[in-house]
Amino acid sequence: MGLLDKEFNDDNIVISNVDDLLNWARLSSLWQMSFGLACCAIEMMATSASHYDFDRFGVIPRPSPRQADIIIISGTVTLKMATRIKRLYEQMPDPKYIISMGSCSNSGGPYWEHGYHVLKGVDRVIPVDVYVPGCPPRPEALLEGLLTLQEKIRNESLVKKTA
Amino acid sequence: MKSTEEIFALLKEKFGDAVLELNTKLPKEAVIEVAPLKVTDICWFLRDNEELLFDNLILLTGLDDDNGEKVKLEDGTTETKGGTLSVVYHLESMKLGHKIVLRAATGRDNPEIESVSKVWACADWQEREAYDMVGIVFLNHPDLRRILMPYDWEAGYPLRKDYMNPEFYHGMKVPY
Repeated sequence: MGLLDKEFNDDNIVISNVDDLLNWARLSSLWQMSFGLACCAIEMMATSASHYDFDRFGVIPRPSPRQADIIIISGTVTLKMATRIKRLYEQMPDPKYIISMGSCSNSGGPYWEHGYHVLKGVDRVIPVDVYVPGCPPRPEALLEGLLTLQEKIRNESLVKKTA
Repeated sequence: MKSTEEIFALLKEKFGDAVLELNTKLPKEAVIEVAPLKVTDICWFLRDNEELLFDNLILLTGLDDDNGEKVKLEDGTTETKGGTLSVVYHLESMKLGHKIVLRAATGRDNPEIESVSKVWACADWQEREAYDMVGIVFLNHPDLRRILMPYDWEAGYPLRKDYMNPEFYHGMKVPY
């Protein structure tokens, strides 16, 4: 009996392809780096807490960049911090993803003109996958951002370069 | 409890020319203007004299008075020449319940002023901030480094009126 026939007869075997399997595993356990910058970090912590429960999407905070899959840039990126963020990003193992949370890290936010110390968008130093607008975004908005990222990962391919 | 006028009279008697004037032109509190290179002595006296006992430095502010001559440079930017930078001290005596405002103005071209971090330890970081933002040099400060901006920030002091932001910092574009 061939494998394809077995799929319908045997309970313990599921047929899939490597792309789907890897993507499913990847998007279901996005470990997040414990990293917060400003008021957005408060919303991010609220999203992690029991009421909104990031954990149900497989997002667990990790205290080291070496064990993290995503980094959420939650807050104002100063020029001084930007050099550190770049280093943290480089310390994360591939594959790695970035969510830019809130107006400040998207574009400089309220500091866009007179902020002598603020980087006008974190995408000037690291490649951002998902931008979450808001000042600060509500936890629902961050969850939406995460689901968007999961959708992006679901469509990745081993043979085709996507990002 | 003493009024600012009484405290001014006490200081004038003790320090003479180092205490310049009592400025009452401002809308709120009167300000005692003092010489920048006598600040430490005056503050020790204010803290330890039994009639004054200023045990609390509420805040220390660095200030660009913007009263210099504005020179237009060739590249279209303006630079301020001359004029003064000021440090403002808000003092309070928690024992006696009185408050005063001191102010010391120093030349913009060589902005030096004595540190009071030995008198009130909380002045340490506030003086570092005044140095970082306005570029006032505090003599005898134990650790005068930038406190907020990066240590290698070379573009100047951001809260001066003639400050221009750089185009790049470590390869990152700074303007929007």
